[in-house]
Amino acid sequence: MIINHPLLGPRDAAEFVYKGDVGLIDRPDGMSDDLDTFHDYAYLRDNPAGEHQELWYHEQGDRSWLVVTRSTLTHEITKVELARDVARARGRSS
Amino acid sequence: MKYSAWQVFKEGLTGNKGWKPVWREPEPKAEYDVVIVGGGGHGLSTAYYLAKEFGVTNVCVVEKGWLGGGNIGRNTTIIRSNYLLEGNQPFYEKSLKLWEGLEQDFNYNAMVSQRSIINLIHSDAQRDAFARRANAMRLSGADSEILDKAGIMKACPFLDFDNARFPIQGALRQKRGGTVRHDAVAWGYARGADERGVDILQNCEMTGFIRDKDGAVVGVETAKGQIRAKKVAVCVAGSSSRVMSMAGMRLPIESHVLQAFVSEGLKPIIPGVITFGAGHFYVSQSDKGGLVFGGDIDGYNTYAQRGNLPVVEDVCEGGMAIMPMIGRARLLRMWGGIMDMSMDGSPFITKTDIPGLYFNGGWCYGGFKATPASGYCYAHLLATDRMHEVATQFRLDRFRRGLPIDEKGQGAQPNLH
Amino acid sequence: MSQINRLKGGLVNRGNAMSFTWNGKSMSGFEGDTLASALLANGERLVGRSFKYHRPRGIFSSGAEEPNALVQLRKGAAQEPNTRATVAELFDGLEATSQNHRGPLAWDLMSVTDLMAPFFGAGFYYKTFMWPAKLWEKLYEPAIRASAGLGRLSKKPDPDVYDHGFLHCDLLITGAGPAGLAAAMVAAKAGLRVIIADEDFLPGGRLNAETFEVDGQPGPSWAAAKAAELADMPNVRFMTRTTVYGAFDHGIYGLLERKTDHLAESGGKPRQILWRVYTKRSLLCAGSTERAIAFANNERPGVMLAGAVRDYVNRYGVTPGQKVAVFTNNDDGARTADDLKAQEVDVSAVIDTRKGQYVAEAKGRRGLKAIVLGDGSVVEADCLAVSGGWSPNVHLTCHQRGRPSWNDEIAGFVPGGELPPGMTVAGAANGAMTLGAALASGVAAAKAAVKDLTGKSPRASAPKAGDETYEVQPYWEVPNLKGRAWVDLQNDVTTKDIRLSQKEGFRSVELLKRYSTLGMATDQGKTSNVLGLAVLAEAAGKSIPETGTTIFRPPYTPVPMGAFAGRARGQDFRPVRKTPSHNWAAENGADFVEVGMWLRAQWFKRPGEKGWRDSVDREVEMTRKSVGICDVTTLGKIDIQGRDAAEFLNRIYSNPFLKVPVGKVRYGLMLREDGICYDDGTTARLSENHFVMTTTTANAVLVFRNMEFARQCLWPDLDVHLISTTDGWAQFAVAGPNSRALLSKVVDDLDLSNEGFPFMACSECTVFGGFPARLFRISFSGELAYEIAVPARYGDSMIRGLMKAGEEFDVTPYGTEALGVMRIEKGHAAGNELNGQTTAAMLGLGGMVSKKKDSIGSKLSEREGMNREDDMRLMGFHPVDKADKLDAGAHFLTQGDPEDMAHDQGWMTSVAYSPELGHSIGLGFIKRGKDRVGEVVRAFDPVRGKDTKVVITSAHHIDPEGDRQRG
Repeated sequence: MIINHPLLGPRDAAEFVYKGDVGLIDRPDGMSDDLDTFHDYAYLRDNPAGEHQELWYHEQGDRSWLVVTRSTLTHEITKVELARDVARARGRSS
Repeated sequence: MKYSAWQVFKEGLTGNKGWKPVWREPEPKAEYDVVIVGGGGHGLSTAYYLAKEFGVTNVCVVEKGWLGGGNIGRNTTIIRSNYLLEGNQPFYEKSLKLWEGLEQDFNYNAMVSQRSIINLIHSDAQRDAFARRANAMRLSGADSEILDKAGIMKACPFLDFDNARFPIQGALRQKRGGTVRHDAVAWGYARGADERGVDILQNCEMTGFIRDKDGAVVGVETAKGQIRAKKVAVCVAGSSSRVMSMAGMRLPIESHVLQAFVSEGLKPIIPGVITFGAGHFYVSQSDKGGLVFGGDIDGYNTYAQRGNLPVVEDVCEGGMAIMPMIGRARLLRMWGGIMDMSMDGSPFITKTDIPGLYFNGGWCYGGFKATPASGYCYAHLLATDRMHEVATQFRLDRFRRGLPIDEKGQGAQPNLH
Repeated sequence: MSQINRLKGGLVNRGNAMSFTWNGKSMSGFEGDTLASALLANGERLVGRSFKYHRPRGIFSSGAEEPNALVQLRKGAAQEPNTRATVAELFDGLEATSQNHRGPLAWDLMSVTDLMAPFFGAGFYYKTFMWPAKLWEKLYEPAIRASAGLGRLSKKPDPDVYDHGFLHCDLLITGAGPAGLAAAMVAAKAGLRVIIADEDFLPGGRLNAETFEVDGQPGPSWAAAKAAELADMPNVRFMTRTTVYGAFDHGIYGLLERKTDHLAESGGKPRQILWRVYTKRSLLCAGSTERAIAFANNERPGVMLAGAVRDYVNRYGVTPGQKVAVFTNNDDGARTADDLKAQEVDVSAVIDTRKGQYVAEAKGRRGLKAIVLGDGSVVEADCLAVSGGWSPNVHLTCHQRGRPSWNDEIAGFVPGGELPPGMTVAGAANGAMTLGAALASGVAAAKAAVKDLTGKSPRASAPKAGDETYEVQPYWEVPNLKGRAWVDLQNDVTTKDIRLSQKEGFRSVELLKRYSTLGMATDQGKTSNVLGLAVLAEAAGKSIPETGTTIFRPPYTPVPMGAFAGRARGQDFRPVRKTPSHNWAAENGADFVEVGMWLRAQWFKRPGEKGWRDSVDREVEMTRKSVGICDVTTLGKIDIQGRDAAEFLNRIYSNPFLKVPVGKVRYGLMLREDGICYDDGTTARLSENHFVMTTTTANAVLVFRNMEFARQCLWPDLDVHLISTTDGWAQFAVAGPNSRALLSKVVDDLDLSNEGFPFMACSECTVFGGFPARLFRISFSGELAYEIAVPARYGDSMIRGLMKAGEEFDVTPYGTEALGVMRIEKGHAAGNELNGQTTAAMLGLGGMVSKKKDSIGSKLSEREGMNREDDMRLMGFHPVDKADKLDAGAHFLTQGDPEDMAHDQGWMTSVAYSPELGHSIGLGFIKRGKDRVGEVVRAFDPVRGKDTKVVITSAHHIDPEGDRQRG
């Protein structure tokens, strides 16, 4: 596969490490959220047959975490974003 | 029809005209005691043991494609019980014992071949971990051995002992491990279940659950219409998330592709199953002569039954690293199967919070060897509503309770299990 | 020996005769021959034995689809099993032998299985060999395995090397036949970067096998001219002997280029290159494959595909027989007869199914002698050219989601469903079965690709050629079949087997394949799948499209394992990382061990030491007595800077990090989000906003990855930056009572007194008069100890300088074994304890998980199952009999308990011989360990035949108060 890195252009997917569902960005707060919320965050992830937003890490490259929108049926990639931007958009400011 | 050498001989003399269909092609009844969703290895073995061991014969299996078309038809055929943890080892040992009597039990030659499985050791830490495992195996009644370097040289003289990047120091061996003709397992269970009255419905995709006013599951919608059931048993590894989402459930499972490979036929060269402990490679040789091998999953969520080149190359590198004699053997065919990768690498055989709905899945890439015990324990659960004693930890709520069964110690990262 | 079947003409180079041996017999051929054409030229008809029945077999085709003529090529380590003689280029000195027979090829003892055929129908083995169960592994299976399989591996390492390469192009064209060449001309002239690849050594495809003209020239001349023109263009890479074996995601194709297979010796050059090609578009022009017709004994040596007969006659100037009959359901028949007659070969009959004629049976066991026609008449023939029509080579279109669709007009499957993105198909592969149509479709496809990529519409017209007739009438199996008719020649699947499978319920194509083994042989059913499907459809009373389709998986033709592995084998399997002191260590008796990619010194042997234990014991004793030095560069090092660095670390580590003073080091424990410990290490605060972290060697990459995840995805607005400096700094542990004295000689201007530089202090400093360094007072050994780091380029000088400075203290270098002994004596957890399954509580570090803050893993570590009173604890273990040696991996059992899993109390994680205590010691996890100090339990180790009484102790075997490291 080829991932079109937003800063570096097309790169072979073998340069990246896969983590999984983008929902892993939405970490609850350990002081205010309860165990069930943490359980769901850590263990229950989206696993669709179709479009999937997922985290990839450019380990053999610039060390960016990316959010890749990819079909799990065809492997077609329709969008690649910097995970930091996505994280901010999902409300993760410190 | 009972199969035997005599039957083969008699039919041979009379032009093989007397062979009967191995299973019926029935129309669905309106209601069953149990509807099993998924006509793969585990679904068929569940049906078989329900009928044979628990006397529950008013059962149907709905399969969207052809029977045995899931991972039972596309795996690397290995059986073993070389597990470590208390939650797993007795279960897999139970499975291995069932394999050992399986062919006589269901009167079908699935070519259960106990030619041993060898896990190579390349470091002291690996030896320590394998010793721990080997002793755990002994504690559960399984066989195990630790071979030193001389021992592995004797067992597999063709490995690279001279020029290996990661020298081979020994091995964990389970002599009772080996391989089974995978398709025949599905056929044998299907035949045995069918003989006992189970309806196997091929080309009958399940499209939804029927719920009563309290939310309980009371049947399934299928391509052949509604089928009502006292209990619905889902058994669709690879598609678990898709199917269970129809009941509104989210699972601690991701779907990944595991590639597998076979070489052209060769005269016997590999004695049993060998796994490479410092790379990603395992291999056996089929009775037809093909080297059957594989390695790691591709590592990304997918429902496409195919992988990509980096893993193909990685696997072959592993092969050449331990057995440089295979360089001139040709890779004949590559394929992929979709794995239910669970969050701790271990499976589920369990009731759900929804009355009437049962779930079996999350087998990662260890489902094939588990086929008999999975079916047996699932049948036990369906028939008695109690977990079988060797499968008590395969619960869906184990993560909530903080009791994962994590053989590899990788945590909630499915692609590392 | 003379080439009795050699004709005149053809494209072989008669000026270059080549000699070769076949089963030890010397023969000759010409440059441009394949092994198959040369064997035929020499009159060899019997070349192999089938898989199951060991039936005599001859050459069936002239290409990669060959099911029969599989041979062993070359000798010794280079021996290559299952090579298709039809694609093996002849070279001078080639040695080939037949395979899969016992005794001589002509008198194979295993052919007795053919007599047993009535009992050996499809799937017979599933119905027998079950009793007694023990005999399967002992008798039945060995017998089956010995008779199955085809060729033999040499059992020696592959002597050749293989390369991997990467290419990029606008358009990849698969196949340099008429469609491919015509397309390449258009695309190349329009300026596209074109790669055109063909598996053959001679471009032209079927043009070389037929007698057609293109643009007024003979087909082969036109192909040669176009190939030469393309090869000269700078934007074209023309690859012959190159198979496009697979279509992968996002326009990536796998190609195998054979570089030296046509030479007697590879001469050290790569035998083959595995190319990964990144394409914008691809055009499949892979042509089509002919298929057979089912009649009795339709696989006798001498029965051959008609297109192959024309190929041998026209291209190689070889006739496969002296008296040739033709059996066809399409217009190929007449053409085959014409081509033979033009070479003055006797054509004994043309049997055309469209005229109601058919061949009922082939006669002649080891070679065709005659054919019996449907009307009972007998026609003499030593070769029968059969054509059941042509199947487009749609393989690559199926490698992703494509499902071919049936086309009645050509009676074959054409590309259908979703093709790999960017792929189009032209020529016969797309059902354009005549030359004119193939050329036109190639040109049209190339124009479309150019328009697609550049927006421009090139002007080009197709080369001129006639459209020969191609009328085909589906015809699969002759009526009133007597005997057996083969579908899959290699796997011995007959029409009876297919019917039996159907009858027994194996009705899906996929079940049929698996039960009967149809299409599962080395040719993957290239000549048999469609025929098999047709027979199945007929048996089920359905049409072919209703019955199913055939799909294909990569590779198109088999690819050697060596090619996939490339250079990654032997010592080059994975890169080697060497520590900065590696050369010094090698000069000083170090014995190295693989630790991940690293090579580390595990001990340093001194003269007179008999075994490794002597060395390790000495290193431990000398370190504990005076001073020792160990290269610890492999520990992961992460530089952390920014205004929020402390806040960031406080969220990463489970213990507090906000208030670490500048100039101090703190031990930190890391949890995964699921609450399990996965790494530990020390982090030093060099300044307000600058920290340096160490991780374990094994987790260096993972910890960094996880920290980047936390930084970018969890807390993107924290002002913190990370960089891995593992390779940037050489780091040495200097441990032992004399470590301070030694370092005082090395470090410039730093007060190293216990007051000036206490335990857990750190500082940037200089060494040896001005070289930059960092000093940390931390101890893994439990002794007074330091770690000193210098930029990696000074690492070699540093170890030499330290050793020189330490001479007066009798300093010893120590390796990973002594390091391990000392950490076990001290009770520090390492990889065996931090195995991803242990909680902080198990390690006795439960108090380090702060409840006053949110850090990774802190919440989920609260789950009930991870906080059980009866959980395991890390403890120490001493043998009751001090002479006993302990072993890691033993399980603990309470005395008197049964030996089973339910009573398993834990396990021994690490063991060592403690020179200080004078006996073996261990660390391990045991249930309720902290309450059981002093209890004697069994260390049960049945796999090594041991059962040792051990007493539970503190994990801190020596100096539990830590006085030494603080001194």
